[in-house]
Amino acid sequence: MDTFYGMLTLTLIYSTPILVTALGGMFCEKSGVVNIGLEGLMGFGAFTGATVMYFVQGSASGPYFALLMGMLVGGIVSILHAYMCITLKSDQVISGTAINMFATGVTIYMSQIIFGQQRTVAFNESFTKTTYPLLSKIPFFGKFLFSNIYPTVFIALILVVISWYVLYKTSFGLRLRAAGENPHAVDSVGANVTKIRYSAVIISGLLSGLGGAMMILTQDIQYTSVSIHGTGFIAMAAVIFGRWKPAPILWASLFFGLSQILKIYSTSLGIFAALPLEFFDSFPYILTVIALVVFSGKGVGPKSSGVPYDKGQR
Amino acid sequence: MSNSFRAYVGNEKHQKVLIPIISIVLGFIVGIIIMLFSQLNAGYLFTALLRGVFGINTKFIGTSRSVFNARYIGEFLVSSMPLILTGLSVAFAYRCGLFNIGAEGQVMMGSLFSIVVALSFPGLPKVILLPMVVIAGALGGTIWGFIPGLLKAKYNVHEVVVTIMLNYVGLYFLNWTVKSLPGSSLVRTVDIPDAAWLGSDFLSDITNNSRLHWGFIIVIIAVYAFYYIMNKTTFGYELRAVGFNKDAAKYAGINVNKNAILAMTLSGTFAGLAGTLLTCGTFNYGRVIPAFENYGFNGIVAALVGGNTAIGSVLGGLLFGALQAIQPIMQANGIPREIAIIITSAIIIFVAMQNGIKSVLNKIGNKEA
Repeated sequence: MDTFYGMLTLTLIYSTPILVTALGGMFCEKSGVVNIGLEGLMGFGAFTGATVMYFVQGSASGPYFALLMGMLVGGIVSILHAYMCITLKSDQVISGTAINMFATGVTIYMSQIIFGQQRTVAFNESFTKTTYPLLSKIPFFGKFLFSNIYPTVFIALILVVISWYVLYKTSFGLRLRAAGENPHAVDSVGANVTKIRYSAVIISGLLSGLGGAMMILTQDIQYTSVSIHGTGFIAMAAVIFGRWKPAPILWASLFFGLSQILKIYSTSLGIFAALPLEFFDSFPYILTVIALVVFSGKGVGPKSSGVPYDKGQR
Repeated sequence: MSNSFRAYVGNEKHQKVLIPIISIVLGFIVGIIIMLFSQLNAGYLFTALLRGVFGINTKFIGTSRSVFNARYIGEFLVSSMPLILTGLSVAFAYRCGLFNIGAEGQVMMGSLFSIVVALSFPGLPKVILLPMVVIAGALGGTIWGFIPGLLKAKYNVHEVVVTIMLNYVGLYFLNWTVKSLPGSSLVRTVDIPDAAWLGSDFLSDITNNSRLHWGFIIVIIAVYAFYYIMNKTTFGYELRAVGFNKDAAKYAGINVNKNAILAMTLSGTFAGLAGTLLTCGTFNYGRVIPAFENYGFNGIVAALVGGNTAIGSVLGGLLFGALQAIQPIMQANGIPREIAIIITSAIIIFVAMQNGIKSVLNKIGNKEA
């Protein structure tokens, strides 16, 4: 039974970066801008997080400061994507691809400049797994939700609630959703489509940066060129699988996190032992292709996603 | 500024050539600025290019050692060949209005099919096995291109998302297969039989022991096939018509869905061949790949810089092949090799910004006046 609770806790921990980044991707796509640069933005966040963490080791608030810096850098880089997609009306897919490549180049280049090697120097301490004194005594939930867990999990869960509130209960959220469905209608009521889309892209940058930093600080000890290994694209898959809605995205992220955990445990779990490890790695991607086919024609995605807004066009 | 210059840059036709060139120059400027900021000698970028592309080592000028080394030219071509093929792949789909971001995965499937065939028939003579290996590689890429094409046509699922997902499926599928083949270690397969190898002692000899291989013949055929299909056949005409205006093409009686499937499928074929070149030419064994090697993504840049034409993809492939070839030279001189990746991605960013560059050019050209 302890293995079972341990698995649930690890699932939560591994789902966290996927979830946070996917929420960012959701905001971006809802506003009408496709962001396939999530992977690269995570890379920027992860590199910054790992670097800052190395320099601020020893202070209790250090990991939080590292998270914040990763988040900021992700947000700053995403302005480039926003400028290209919204102001210059460039091809959004090309822009995202450029950001992904830019990330691999810049992060490793900076590692060489700062640390003189192909990766950041390992940090000795970052977030520690905590068992919360009273809460862990709660039957069932306490065993995996409040035992041996990183505080980043709670940040992610709170972000789900905030995202839901912003998206569905504020006028900003209403306009943001409308900008992705019918930008001309938004324009006609006097709201600024450009401004809305810029904010959405920057939100996605901030959250991807945060997701990347969370990933590096809880699952790794340093940033390398393979640290993110496709998590940004899994987040993108979670957005699609979660049908562009906060709560389903939470479930999708947990599900994809679970598939990574099953990989770790597969050798000891009889039924999964026969499957190759690569099966668990490719599982989220295969599932997403199937999901796309199943959802096709149902119009679940934002209608104007990927289309630059042109005032003059009707 | 003279009037003829203004007229030149303001002309839409000239802009098609000017914009990629400006993007490339700006990309290099970004690289140089970053190098200067990190207090590195940006001049090395140019000496490395001279050495990596033309084989001329400026350090040896005036010494008794040979200034020219043909091995670098051979290695430069070896780096360029797969990129020309992935460039053709991306360009082919783009002309039909489809964005093949999955060349990366198609390359891997090409590698996978080639290595399996190469290792499964060890006794066959070269005249039979080598064509089989090449066809197998093409087939691997073709299948991986057909899936997104079919899903696009049948279910209107966006090809970008499907190809991204298939890239990862391809990566893991390749790694699993390579590890499962008999005799494989955790990182590579056993050597392929000589009969499946594209390499040659002759080519290696004339380029001072480089890895140059017969794959260049496949590249030349592929470039010609691209040009011929696109410009000389009805299929190519229809394909371009769909890319130009889907609705108009449909109205003219062109089967849009059929063209979408075929464009993605053949696009995959080009990329699959790049996989064969890598596995049975550049290397002579199958490799486990920890992360993407950017052949597909560089192909996107090559195609975009080359205006999605056959000859443009060749030039683009050579440019990014050069940027790949200089990486070890830069690293040996104490400059992080990633500067080449930064320059490449800066070039895509500027190509993507072409609307911005265009409006600047138009302003200089003063079209309205």
